[in-house]
Amino acid sequence: MTKNLRVKSSEYIDETNRISFKFNGKTYHGFKGDTLASALLANDVHLVGRSFKYHRPRGIMTSGSEEPNAIVQVNPGTNRTEPNVRATEVEIYEGLEASSQNCWPSVEFDIGGINNFLSPFFPAGFYYKTFMWPTSFWEKYEFFIRHSAGLGKSPTSNDPDIYDHRNIHCDVLVVGAGISGILAAKNAAKNNFKTLLVDEKNELGGSTIFENNEFNKIDNKAPSEWLKKEIEEIKNIKNLEIKTRTSVAAYHQYNYLLARENLTDHLEAKDKTNKIRQRLLKIRAKKVILATGALERPLIFNNNDRPGIMLSSAVKKYSEFYGVACGNKNVFFTNNDSAYESALSLYNKGINVEAIIDIREQSESKIVKKIKETGIKIYWSHSIVDTAGYKRLNSVSIMKLSNDGTSVTGSKISISCDCLGVAGGWTPAVHLYTQSGSKLKFDEEKKVFLPNQSTSEQISVGSCGGDFKIDEIIKNLNHKLKDNLNIKETDLDNIKVEIDQENSKRNIWLLPSDKPFGKTKPFVDYQNDATAKDIKLALREGFRSIEHVKRYTTTGMGTDQGKLGNMHALGIIADTAGVKMGELGTTTFRPPYTPLTFGTIVGRNVGKFFDIFRRTPMNDWHVENKAEFENVGQWKRAWYYPINGETMHQAVQRESKAARESAGILDASTLGKIDIQGSDASEFLNRVYTNAWSKLAIGKCRYGLMLNEDGMVYDDGVTTRLGENHYIMTTTTGGAANVLGKLEDYLQTEWPELDVYLTSVTDHYATASLCGPNSKKILKKIIPDLDLSDENFPHMSFKEANIGSIQCRIMRISFTGEHSYEINVQASYGKDLWKKCMEAGQEFNITTYGTETMHLLRAEKGFIIVGQDTDGTMTPIDLQMDWIVSKKKYDFIGKRSLYRSDTMREDRKQLVGLLTDDPNIVLEEGAQIVSELNQSPVEMLGHVTSSYFSPNLKKSIALAVVKGGKIMMGKKLFVPMENKNINVTVVNPVFYDEKNERLNA
Amino acid sequence: MFLINCPYCGERDQQEFKAGGEAHIERPKQPTELSDDEWAEYLFMRKNIKGVQFERWNHTHGCRKWFNMVRDTSNDEIKAIYKMGEKPPAQ
Ligand SMILES: [Zn+2]
Repeated sequence: MTKNLRVKSSEYIDETNRISFKFNGKTYHGFKGDTLASALLANDVHLVGRSFKYHRPRGIMTSGSEEPNAIVQVNPGTNRTEPNVRATEVEIYEGLEASSQNCWPSVEFDIGGINNFLSPFFPAGFYYKTFMWPTSFWEKYEFFIRHSAGLGKSPTSNDPDIYDHRNIHCDVLVVGAGISGILAAKNAAKNNFKTLLVDEKNELGGSTIFENNEFNKIDNKAPSEWLKKEIEEIKNIKNLEIKTRTSVAAYHQYNYLLARENLTDHLEAKDKTNKIRQRLLKIRAKKVILATGALERPLIFNNNDRPGIMLSSAVKKYSEFYGVACGNKNVFFTNNDSAYESALSLYNKGINVEAIIDIREQSESKIVKKIKETGIKIYWSHSIVDTAGYKRLNSVSIMKLSNDGTSVTGSKISISCDCLGVAGGWTPAVHLYTQSGSKLKFDEEKKVFLPNQSTSEQISVGSCGGDFKIDEIIKNLNHKLKDNLNIKETDLDNIKVEIDQENSKRNIWLLPSDKPFGKTKPFVDYQNDATAKDIKLALREGFRSIEHVKRYTTTGMGTDQGKLGNMHALGIIADTAGVKMGELGTTTFRPPYTPLTFGTIVGRNVGKFFDIFRRTPMNDWHVENKAEFENVGQWKRAWYYPINGETMHQAVQRESKAARESAGILDASTLGKIDIQGSDASEFLNRVYTNAWSKLAIGKCRYGLMLNEDGMVYDDGVTTRLGENHYIMTTTTGGAANVLGKLEDYLQTEWPELDVYLTSVTDHYATASLCGPNSKKILKKIIPDLDLSDENFPHMSFKEANIGSIQCRIMRISFTGEHSYEINVQASYGKDLWKKCMEAGQEFNITTYGTETMHLLRAEKGFIIVGQDTDGTMTPIDLQMDWIVSKKKYDFIGKRSLYRSDTMREDRKQLVGLLTDDPNIVLEEGAQIVSELNQSPVEMLGHVTSSYFSPNLKKSIALAVVKGGKIMMGKKLFVPMENKNINVTVVNPVFYDEKNERLNA
Repeated sequence: MFLINCPYCGERDQQEFKAGGEAHIERPKQPTELSDDEWAEYLFMRKNIKGVQFERWNHTHGCRKWFNMVRDTSNDEIKAIYKMGEKPPAQ
């Protein structure tokens, strides 16, 4: 039976707008303005999840983004589902569904709860220790762990929402719109700084707008009333942009911040469509003002995790802001004055407060006196030693605390209650500050880490900077603003603040119990179920570094990054190890502050916008003619052209035969093309290629091999001399950008004296490669007046010609070993050129072929493909390409490395050909090669790099790299496969037309 | 994400740039005269300092020019930027 705990109308809740939603399949009602958490609490639902390791029932603890327990799956089973969402941040809307995570079959009856009773067997490092052995069992363990302890389910269908990115440049970014953030933003904007104010919540004002301590006044008004006026005022200031529901996820160096602006998550499904759901703001700010506030700390005591145990400030916010009582019988447990404000809030609304348990001896502040007048029982110098109630708190046991705070004495008192508000002091939210690279120091008196040395233009104001009282906040904010923004006057100069004198808190990181420590469960990290016992165990086992203890115990490693308990973990380590907290340091808080969906991160770069792809000018023709495509770098290249339902193998066999028997045509537009000009162009080529270039005549082409400085083959291609000081270099398709970058590097940094200019012209030309014995006849038909005789236009030469009025550059070069021409035209004529070739070639049955056939044909000739037959460890000597390495040239890139003792080893892997004894067996590329079968372990001699069935040779051929392969010609080796061993013979890598007779056929 | 002041284009976001390793390592003029060890020193050995380091950067998605940067690798503070061929600022 559900009760209604709505106690008083609140200005932030619209009680005329009733909303129904479902939680774990059951329908509840709330109002516009509620979060899922406040609406559930109003329905008296505290149990919302199970803990990760012990599956203990857990309830809502907080009212904000630091929530460790109330982690829900929103809209389960739909394409908009999202796991790991904090119920405290979900704004309810009609039709919202949410479910608990990490429990099966239900949150009320959870099979994994057995882990709680087995918990003595689940100490820190349990998973590491147990599931490591035997290794082969890991898969089974993993299945079990994932099944019983999943953290939500990722969506299985496409995300229907739109996400966006936006760049923002501002003078001042203010993070957090509490009192300090609002005043900072107002004064920055009024002084003509272009200012952006962001806050993760949907309302401005932070905690001050539900501040109810009647002894605090600003200009004789209650701080909440005073701030509401300020909020109205800043909504209309020039230069100030305000974004709510905007959470800063990351703060990088140089004031670069990423924030998620949430635009539709609070809307009904029908209002979400065709809108941007979330926007990632990429903010570059000249100055950053962090006003991120502080998070209330829990207290660490035995069984401090039951549903109904909450932060005291959250109890107050639910009462003041949402008008919800978190319980009917409330108890507070505190080490400072702030719990009294919460108690007073409940008292004033007629909600029953049973008692306040204070570990201090006394406090004389006005608010405490006021509570005394109400008659609420206060237990001074007492501590909670245990709590009871499995799915909901039903009582706490308290005892007198010893003077030194390490033990409890006297008799035990039991107090019946259904909600416990815990107040352990405040931790400045310095997460973003540390992300920026700035350093913290520990304040021994306040027991907090505070900003110390910042690395960028930033200030931390308000409680995240260590000022917790309104008078301090305003005074220090005023100084910092004047100093940082270089302004003389602010409207803070004349504000009058009165505050209640607060008594200092008493800090005890781990509170004692009457039970032996080993029998207690004081939780430090609620989400990951790490207790104080785990931390002490880690220390006993020898872990010293805070980073190691964190990983071993998983403290702070949940989706909440341990926002609540990290300080206590550090405190317990310091106390146990006898060191100062300042010396211990902190663990690193990493972005994002709260989890981000992938959609927000990728923005518009999804589907066809995921990556850029490049298409050749002939692409439409390939598509129309049903080519299959492959990705080469960013290019879409025609792979093969199946006809009449051919398989890839059948198509490639047909294309390969046709290219050698009559004529083939390949779209070679993707090859990289670099235009090289300048009076030192020849000298430049001499330095970057292994062979000599000075004597290349104008109108001639030459193949070149480019090395890295370490002597390894980097790229290859044909370069043509177009004029005295003008060359056009071709590179591999994938290497084009890198080659240009490398050449620029040498030109700018090593040889600035050379007069050379490099221009990428890859996209400016379209290239059709015509090959085969009939290629000459086809070209003759296209350009009748060009003399194609071997005397006028021999192999490895170049002509300029016109096809009609279109200029073209023709190179007679070959990558297939056939008589062939590469015809280059301005890119916009590419498709016309292609059609013209097809038309002219029709009578010769011209056959289009793709990259696969190109690879096969070149393999028949033993031509390498850089990146397939080489892998960055092959020298030209290893490739048996000694012929291309100039002995005469004094220097070229990589030359010296060819004479290092390592590159001169005889037993390096060298390129060879392989023939299978059975000509029908085609080897697998990547397969290992051995010389012995009966050895264990067997030495791997190398691997197959290229392998095809050659239709022209009617047998299987392969290229491979083999240790010492050069002197193995004729040797029998083996390629061991899963089910068989394949016998192979080492041969010369040139399989076809070794004498190159076909080039001139 | 650094904000880098390209000496040719002005302040630009780091994603327009590519780091190119340690600066002021000149390619030997006469590599063939060097022993294996001397060549290896040039080829492989880099300081990788925690602290002030001299680096090469390239404005790959901008003017494509190389330049030098002095950067404190411990906190990523860019202390100076100067063109290729210019003398590094005194430290
Ligand atoms: Zn530039």
